[in-house]
Amino acid sequence: MAEYQNIFTQVQVRAPAYVGVPGQSNENRIGKPYHSYLLGLIGDAQVGPIYLGALGVLSLVCGFIAIEIIGLNMWASVNWDPVQFVRQLPWLALEPPPPAYGLKILPPLREGGWWLLAGFFLTTSIILWWVRTYRRARALGMGTHIAWSFASAIWLYLVLGFIRPLLMGSWGEAVPFGIFPHLDWTAAFSIRYGNLFYNPFHMLSIVFLYGSTMLFAMHAATVLAISRFGGDREIEQIVDRGTAFERGALFWRWTMGFNATAESIHRWAWWFAVLCPLAGGIGILLTGTVVDNWYLWAVKHGVAPAYPQVFPTTLDPLLTTGAKP
Amino acid sequence: MKQMKFRLGMALAGVAVVGIGLALTFQRPHADVVQRGFRGTGMDQVFNKQDLAVKAYANQLPAAEPAADLTGVPASQVYQNVKVLGNIDAAELTRLMTAMTTWVAPKQGCAYCHNLNNLASDELYTKVVARRMIQMVWHINSDWKTHVAGTGVTCYTCHRGQPVPAYVWFNNPGPPQALGELGNRAGQNAPTLAPGLASLPYDPFTPFLEQNNDIRVISTSALPDTDHTSIKQTEWTYSLMMHFSNSLGVNCTFCHNTRSFAQWDQSTPQRATAWYGIRMVRDLNQNVLAGLRDVLPAHRWGPLGDGPKVNCATCHQGVYKPLYGGSTLKDYQELASSTSGAVPASPDDAPAPNTPPAAPAPATQPDAPAPKP
Repeated sequence: MAEYQNIFTQVQVRAPAYVGVPGQSNENRIGKPYHSYLLGLIGDAQVGPIYLGALGVLSLVCGFIAIEIIGLNMWASVNWDPVQFVRQLPWLALEPPPPAYGLKILPPLREGGWWLLAGFFLTTSIILWWVRTYRRARALGMGTHIAWSFASAIWLYLVLGFIRPLLMGSWGEAVPFGIFPHLDWTAAFSIRYGNLFYNPFHMLSIVFLYGSTMLFAMHAATVLAISRFGGDREIEQIVDRGTAFERGALFWRWTMGFNATAESIHRWAWWFAVLCPLAGGIGILLTGTVVDNWYLWAVKHGVAPAYPQVFPTTLDPLLTTGAKP
Repeated sequence: MKQMKFRLGMALAGVAVVGIGLALTFQRPHADVVQRGFRGTGMDQVFNKQDLAVKAYANQLPAAEPAADLTGVPASQVYQNVKVLGNIDAAELTRLMTAMTTWVAPKQGCAYCHNLNNLASDELYTKVVARRMIQMVWHINSDWKTHVAGTGVTCYTCHRGQPVPAYVWFNNPGPPQALGELGNRAGQNAPTLAPGLASLPYDPFTPFLEQNNDIRVISTSALPDTDHTSIKQTEWTYSLMMHFSNSLGVNCTFCHNTRSFAQWDQSTPQRATAWYGIRMVRDLNQNVLAGLRDVLPAHRWGPLGDGPKVNCATCHQGVYKPLYGGSTLKDYQELASSTSGAVPASPDDAPAPNTPPAAPAPATQPDAPAPKP
């Protein structure tokens, strides 16, 4: 009997490739479908056909240009040494212009001009890909939930790299393209603005981030636990009594008195996931524009508690009279 | 069978990846956490026991030379060309010279600074530097008690038995990068030790410890006001702070309450000590060491032609108090100030004047922090 209690799908169905729903722009799907054993281990074994279309091609081209600009700048920053490129890759970056350039549209290429070009092509690529997700969903007669959840991530991306720098009047406020550099940027951002943990929208964002992982774990665990009864076919069972899916619902009703339904659990998950970057983006947008020091703001509004003083009083030597400079 | 092998291979690969990740992420076990602040505020210091053992071994105080049999005669009356230390007892000078040899040039011996046929000669540059260094030690011990307190410093604090201290720094042009339109590192994004291998600026010393650029980057008002400090500037300060942390072997919370790095009323007293330390290091780099650049031969210069300079690590060497607070000065009082240890009540005693520090020498600065917009 088929078993599903493994991270890998243990049964792979092999049949003639399925071409898809008829009548939905079939003519634009390209590639001859084939089956992959390895992909079948983690999902459906059939690969292709794919719908690419003009938007998809344009998006890939723009994305390729952006990655090329970023990658070649990184490679040049190690003096075109291929070994050092690989070794130092996590440290390498393409930096935005120095703050002195303000919002200059195209500063010298070496002084952040490449960053603006890469940002332009990457943003174009992402937005074209978004339109593609929206239109493909429509073509299949689906809702556009995927596109809107993607839009939430794009919102955060745009706030960080475009909208907030615009409001601050300096491209230099934006994030560098790089693995460690963007993390160091994040830490520096929090330090500069007096600790982002006191930003209520950052708090909300974390709630939705951790909430998402918890909901994901609860939902995924429930479905896997009832898959031995066919519970992975949840939608077919949603309206019936005595199904595998009802066992899952009963589990939660018995353990915590309340249970989501097969449909509502996905609304919960969708909103948690969408609200994470949405709230985070608002928090970033307010930082430096509306609030300059989140700790002081939190003290002002009674959010940050005071702790007993355990160290001897330490005064700022800069303000102490008679202090040697 | 084939599937078994495949799964075994996958499992081994997974274990290897996770293992490498763990090995690179965490330090060796036996970390000790010491709570310093109020409970729950995370004002803790994390120490690794193996590291502590190594550091304790490396930071033992050298044995003091046996006390000198004082002659009552100032050194200047016995030896020629004693421009500093001429007012101390001649026997004490010999004792100090012996100590300095073990502190600075134990392998090279007296000949590292002196022409053995004419000890009074200044022909070796090392002797000229050593004389200036004695003046620097006086200056630190008498004018920078805000940082070194009564513990003070001697040659050994930095030199530790080496002619050039292990931790000195030069203006850093950064690793090689292409010179065309591509590949500007912007003074950062390289795996370097100064910022603790972070991708932060790799030379935080030039702007902050040689020049007097403002280190403070955190806004002092809740709402936007006149502070336009950029995130790029913050990265320079962040890099300098990483150097502090590494040099002293401590976490951020040694000085700061990380809920708000800027607040002095929540900081530890060590933060004020460090504040004076920054000013002391600037003073030494600008007023003492810059002036020695031309005395030193070119092979002692950095890649940009500047002389060696000091930062926190030069004395601290990974420990929150150099030599764990042990004082080498207490056995050599003549190093406390230009007048301490002078032979008393000698009418024809003519101590050499303590030369005031030279004017700061201008230096070329390639990597200043990004200007405020």
